[in-house]
Amino acid sequence: MLRQSIENLGNRTLQGVWRIGFAARFFVAVLLHSGTAFRRFGLTIREMYFTGVLSLIIILVSGLFVGMVLGLQGYETLQTYGSEEALGILVALSLVRELGPVVAALLFASRAGSAITAEIGLMKATEQLSAMEMMAVDPIARVVAPRFWAGVISMPLLAALFSAMGIFGGYLVGVQLIGVDEGAFWSQMKSAVDFEEDILNGVIKSVVFGIAITTIALFEGYDAPPTAEGVSGATTRTVVTSSLAVLALDFVLTAFMFRGLG
Amino acid sequence: MQHDTLVEIEDVVFGYGAQPVLKGINLTARRGQVIAIMGSSGCGKTTLLRLIGGQIRPGEGHVRVAGESLGELNQAGLYQLRRKMGMLFQFGALFTDMTVFDNVAFQLREHTDLPEDAIRDLVLMKLHAVGLRGAAHLMPAELSGGMARRVALARAIALEPMLMMYDEPFAGLDPISLGVTGNLIRRLTDTLGLTSIVVTHDVQESLKIVDYVYFVSEGMIVAEGTADEIRASDLPYVHQFVHGESDGPVPFHYPAPPYAEDLHLGGASA
Amino acid sequence: MNKTVLDLWVGLFVIAGIVALLFLALKVGSMSAVKTSSSYEVVARFDNIGGLKPRAPVKSAGVVVGRVADIRFDNETYEAAVTLRLDKRYAFPKDTSAAIMTSGLLGEQYIGLEAGGDPQALKDQDRIFLTQSAVVLENLIGHFIYGKAQEGAPQ
Repeated sequence: MLRQSIENLGNRTLQGVWRIGFAARFFVAVLLHSGTAFRRFGLTIREMYFTGVLSLIIILVSGLFVGMVLGLQGYETLQTYGSEEALGILVALSLVRELGPVVAALLFASRAGSAITAEIGLMKATEQLSAMEMMAVDPIARVVAPRFWAGVISMPLLAALFSAMGIFGGYLVGVQLIGVDEGAFWSQMKSAVDFEEDILNGVIKSVVFGIAITTIALFEGYDAPPTAEGVSGATTRTVVTSSLAVLALDFVLTAFMFRGLG
Repeated sequence: MQHDTLVEIEDVVFGYGAQPVLKGINLTARRGQVIAIMGSSGCGKTTLLRLIGGQIRPGEGHVRVAGESLGELNQAGLYQLRRKMGMLFQFGALFTDMTVFDNVAFQLREHTDLPEDAIRDLVLMKLHAVGLRGAAHLMPAELSGGMARRVALARAIALEPMLMMYDEPFAGLDPISLGVTGNLIRRLTDTLGLTSIVVTHDVQESLKIVDYVYFVSEGMIVAEGTADEIRASDLPYVHQFVHGESDGPVPFHYPAPPYAEDLHLGGASA
Repeated sequence: MNKTVLDLWVGLFVIAGIVALLFLALKVGSMSAVKTSSSYEVVARFDNIGGLKPRAPVKSAGVVVGRVADIRFDNETYEAAVTLRLDKRYAFPKDTSAAIMTSGLLGEQYIGLEAGGDPQALKDQDRIFLTQSAVVLENLIGHFIYGKAQEGAPQ
């Protein structure tokens, strides 16, 4: 009985490792076949509509609300230390360094990531990918690569929009609603937020997240069993796996980027 | 290079992992012929099509199309060969995000440098051949099953291939569509000088249009012959298939313990 | 979806994203003011730099005039050698003093420059000789206790 469960565990681990290797090869194949995505940039632009533009609403609205909550909560806490004027710094740094890239990535994973997986999985299940292969058109070059680059380009733009909306939300709550001094809000923020350290690092984070999420979404769709449960399982796995990957990568990147501070 | 024999399958063995699916197949198709590959579900018919199309490689044996052995081609060579093949998938496999027109135009746009006017003319010609020129602006979701398959056929012949493969083209069609489809397959083969390989288990429709039939059962060819020979055959498997008998070499009952035992009859019961 | 409408939306999206990035870069953040081309370097030696880190600000009269470029340990004199990268716009006299200060009570540490009276100015690769090390909390407490003990002793 015990031996059986150990065998199962070993089997599952081996399967997992095998799968990761497979996904890595897939990633390399997508990069190598990216020529078409750039030569026929129209394909990539079309995918940017579906991954980027259609995610705008959820990103902008969430960004606004997160910023507003930061403004509210931040004010409550800072007030006890008499440092309300640092609200701008708190809102901006939280967003630009962490919340912008990470929350935008998580939202992107659940909205665009799951859509990509479902689309590719269904194309596989209805033999559209096979048909393309039989017509001598490489599906990785024509279908997968443009979606990959669309995701990688869209992610940092969405993260920046999230942070910008969040700062605006923090401003609305802090300055307009609560009454923190407007000048102090912006000037303290400007002196504390450094372009290279904070903003650039935030952008780098969101690019890395974009690569991770899009790769996982594309792989799960491409590898999904061609059945209804297969595609739905793959879609769920995309959201779960890419969310975990984003959080894990965030830790690694933060440790790497911000260890010199504080 | 003129080859009378377009497709040659020689001693092919293939299996998915440890499961053997094909255990030594020998098959040829000559130019201008319509060949049917028949057998019950899961006997390996679709696997044969995938072997011919180069989507999978045989474990043993050779698959040759137009004299080229598929096992020895690299990806570029394979893609070159595929431009001369067309495949009709069971449910059409149309690209759902494009119109009927764009679907048929797909290969023309990807593989040729023709201007849009020329493409438009060619697409309308192909659609006319399958009777759907008026549906060019529709989306695949708006088509019935039979219509979708006809569009897929138009798409597959866009580059005038020399080999056409059909995966269960008759499955699930109403009687009129059955007649239309069978008619189209025969007419296209004759007018375009193609070779057609039809995988099917619809006996009546296919026997009307084919030149030669191969019967596959449990990974081997159990019978072959012209349509008339097959109709007259008294081999048990062929006979059961052609006449639709419910029991014979392909048993009705799934293997199970004896009936009486299962119902706990004929003995003291607890 | 019409191809041109689609392109329009994607274009708007990209523009909005770039505008957001610019907003963050310019209105929210500040670029490091000093670039290598318009700066010069001087070295200052300290017995103890406390919590000073690279890229810490160098201020004079409270205004940021440069950044700490490098911090090294001199194995022969057992001192810390701190390289300051100063903006070329600001010239300091040769007898300027450098002290390690703390912003606020427990904040991050920076270098404060106090100008001297020497008519000659510091040039690139010059050395600041007058330095004041960071205040280390343990020493401060030790001094305080020692001082208190001294007070109480002659009794």
